[in-house]
Amino acid sequence: MTTMELLTWVRGPGMTIAIILMLFGVAVRLLEMLLLGRKKDLSVARVPSTAKYGWRTVLTRSLPSMACLKAIPVTFITGYIFHVGLLIIVVFYVPHILFIRDLTGLEWSGLPFWLIDGVTLLTMLAMLVTLWYRVWDKVRRYISRFSDYFVWTITFLPVLTGYLLYHRQFLPYNEMMIVHIVSIQLLLISMPMTKLMHTFTFVFSRWYSGEAAGRKGVKV
Amino acid sequence: MSTSIQRGIAAFKQQIDTPIASFFNSCVHCGMCAGACLFYETTQDPKYTPINKLEPMRRVWKQEYTFWGRLAKTLGISKPITDADLDEWQELLYDSCTLCGRCSLVCPVGIDLVYMIRKSREGMVASGHAPEGLKQATSRAMTIGSPMGVTISTFKKQVQHAEDECGIKMPFDKQGADYLLLMSSAEIMEFSEFIGAMAKIFKQADVSWTFSSEAFEATNSGIQIGSSDLAAELVQRVVDAAEKLQVKTVISPECGHAYTAIRWDGPNLIGRAYKFDVIHILELLDQLRQEGKIKLEGLDKEKITFHDPCQIVRRGGITQEPRDLINSVSSNFVEMPCSGKWNWCCGGGGGVSANPDADELRLKSFAIKKQQLDSAGAKKLVTSCSNCRNMLEDGIEEYEMDIEVIGLTELIADHLKE
Repeated sequence: MTTMELLTWVRGPGMTIAIILMLFGVAVRLLEMLLLGRKKDLSVARVPSTAKYGWRTVLTRSLPSMACLKAIPVTFITGYIFHVGLLIIVVFYVPHILFIRDLTGLEWSGLPFWLIDGVTLLTMLAMLVTLWYRVWDKVRRYISRFSDYFVWTITFLPVLTGYLLYHRQFLPYNEMMIVHIVSIQLLLISMPMTKLMHTFTFVFSRWYSGEAAGRKGVKV
Repeated sequence: MSTSIQRGIAAFKQQIDTPIASFFNSCVHCGMCAGACLFYETTQDPKYTPINKLEPMRRVWKQEYTFWGRLAKTLGISKPITDADLDEWQELLYDSCTLCGRCSLVCPVGIDLVYMIRKSREGMVASGHAPEGLKQATSRAMTIGSPMGVTISTFKKQVQHAEDECGIKMPFDKQGADYLLLMSSAEIMEFSEFIGAMAKIFKQADVSWTFSSEAFEATNSGIQIGSSDLAAELVQRVVDAAEKLQVKTVISPECGHAYTAIRWDGPNLIGRAYKFDVIHILELLDQLRQEGKIKLEGLDKEKITFHDPCQIVRRGGITQEPRDLINSVSSNFVEMPCSGKWNWCCGGGGGVSANPDADELRLKSFAIKKQQLDSAGAKKLVTSCSNCRNMLEDGIEEYEMDIEVIGLTELIADHLKE
């Protein structure tokens, strides 16, 4: 198999297989979570609709919080930067938009290359600081396990390989493209197997917390 | 016959629901919860990171309710939970957690950590890993009717004393009264001025109320220790008494966790809605004030601050009422830093005050409350929970501070227009 043939396979059937595995895995994990069920709360709520407090928390926990910023600045700032950075890179880098268009037919405007380049550097920097803090800080070190470092690696690789690909570094373009796509596929397949599930479950966890507190009239 | 660890794991399993699975699925070990915990903040020991306290429950969830965990268990490559693990976690789940819920406010993915700690305690009780002090308090609550061992005759004697002092006759078992007033043992034995204060306020407001000689205790050790069966029985006593007397509303006393027990957890514990309403005493006092049924006079000029009990504010939703009440009798009310739902716990909630094993750590953790009080600079501290009040007085004495602690209900009673 030539490099070109491998690239074609990786971009085509390889990506389809990775996406199917990811979707299937995530569906299974969500199902095993939802099937556990939640008992109806029989206490009288203070508010007519507790659900809206759930949705409120889904939104507000994404907003900057001065309390969290003061309490834990490193985690808070780097966490913010790399999550927003990843989102911008995935959604607003023109080649990614074209790839998604081929896959789904949906299309939107991208951001200039120089901006994406800067965001990518900033994202990698923030992720490196996150890793350093996980190792250096006693709380993060104490609660971290192999899976936390694995998840960091599997998330960092697509960003790094994408950056190297754009700047034509380390490997020839086609080889680097294969490495980049495979790193994305590893990330996708890992989602249902690791803490990357939080990409999907954070909506549920925030909602349940917000809804339960809203019943008591507390905005959390 | 199952072993204690099997019973414990079965109890953990029984507690795990969709919210808990979503919490564990979402946790990325960012550690933000550590900074919200008074025990971590005052010791800087990472074992007190709230999410670490949930490790036994997380392992049960993973091994029993996830595909990968079950696979690992089947292949024999996952580490089973042992009695030794739970023994080690007893300190983390009881001594160093007041169920204050501050950690639940900061989690970026919205994990309600305290919801899971409360439920983890069910597994600890089932496997025999609850602290001795809490076991004894629960046993007294079940057999005598009060965690402090207060009997109905002792209660009636205390009421008699209060009647002698304030000159108001207090009703017992009055059929069809509007309100049934519950008490906490600490209010009966240590802060009995609360009884007379209530009688004076109700007399002025012309409230139809009663005590019950069948259920006077509002606190619930079953919830604190983590035994839903016992907690349900304690709630049922109140429900039976209230429904027998056909009262319209049950009044939760100031005590924070008593309010959680009777207002929020109670219906879920007994498996049905009540036939009466539940109101916290602060809500009722503020309602009576707004309706003009209680007339207050005199404004204290001395600087005064307020300690928000966790279960009343953060886990109960009563934030503005105490402030409005204080402002109606004081012209110099100041907030502590981190007040309201961000308030730091007194250190003795969630059963910690009934657990002598935790005394040293509890007093150490009071350092954070001292910082708050020093910043506020008030010489008078009002609170609305007898347990908090006990803990605050204890801490103030330990740290040799010069601050007077008073209950909000008594403060209001002191300002009633004659």
